[in-house]
Amino acid sequence: MSQHILLAGPAAETTRLIAYWVLTILSVAAALGMILARKAVHCAMMLAVVMLSLAVMYVMLGAPFLAFVQVIVYTGAVLMLFLFVLMIVGITAADSVIETIRGQRLWAALGGIALLVLLAIVIGHAVIGPAAPSTSQFGNGNVTGLARLIFTKYVFPFELTSALLITAALGAMVLAHRERTGPKPTQRQLAQRRVDSGRPTPLPGPGTYAQHNAVDMPALLPDGTQSRLSVSPVLTGGPGPGGATAGTEPVELPPAADNGGQEAGDEW
Amino acid sequence: MVTPAHFIALSVILFVIGAVGVLVRRNAIVVFMCVELMLNACNLAFVAFARMHGALDGQLIAFFVMVVAAAEVVVGLAILTSIFRARRSASVDDANLMKY
Repeated sequence: MSQHILLAGPAAETTRLIAYWVLTILSVAAALGMILARKAVHCAMMLAVVMLSLAVMYVMLGAPFLAFVQVIVYTGAVLMLFLFVLMIVGITAADSVIETIRGQRLWAALGGIALLVLLAIVIGHAVIGPAAPSTSQFGNGNVTGLARLIFTKYVFPFELTSALLITAALGAMVLAHRERTGPKPTQRQLAQRRVDSGRPTPLPGPGTYAQHNAVDMPALLPDGTQSRLSVSPVLTGGPGPGGATAGTEPVELPPAADNGGQEAGDEW
Repeated sequence: MVTPAHFIALSVILFVIGAVGVLVRRNAIVVFMCVELMLNACNLAFVAFARMHGALDGQLIAFFVMVVAAAEVVVGLAILTSIFRARRSASVDDANLMKY
């Protein structure tokens, strides 16, 4: 695959040029969207686009192994970790638009432009030559070449990374560990708490309509009104686990009609 | 003709966008994502330089950067969840106990 891309010739050059510009526009647009999107999940999706574009670019640059590592480790593992943490922290955790430091965005934009100009001047003055003549190292022999380097010249840094990974795994376990402060509730206490709460039955499941098959659709009660308890508070941004972040509007639902003893325990 | 300089230019642009994102965003998770974007931009520069020199060392350094970035994300997100558990907030403004 990569050898084919590295082939010389006018047709291959044109293909490379088109691929480069398409990927550049895509990745820069996605990166800009990432810092402009308000919802963290949208930012994660934009970051996935950037990472996949970079993976294709690695193939163009004769690094097929890194391209696969990019897709598997970055887009697969790291980004999924981000999404999992977003689920824990709350899907509605959007940024507030209030500036806590006055003029922060203006100064950040100015600083960014200054950094861009500085780096452009430095890169412009540096001598960046053309690509070296293609060898098998940048094609089928890429993995073999990298393996040879890892286990000869860079064997000590490679061993250090194993220590780093073990330390990181331990650190994550220690940080994510939650110390139990009270005694564990017994099954009898849990049952008692459930009866005392006024709603001994489970909450109603989300409704499924003819046109919508989504979990944020409220269920219909026998009299045709919507049950607001059937939608997870995480989705509506209302009070509840994970949904208590400020700065978001809950999904608007029509107020549930009071229907006697049907939903006597409703807090909504 | 696509030269390594093209890829270096793209990596500079992506790095600057990531840096601006770190300065602007308030949500700590998004700040982390912007840091990841900056690391990715550096990786692109490493791979482009490896292509220019015709040696694989740059690719190997990019590989090490990926390993360190993965470890950083694991620890960073664990810290974030423990902060969120204590303060019920993922905003960088709310974690100010050690200020002054």
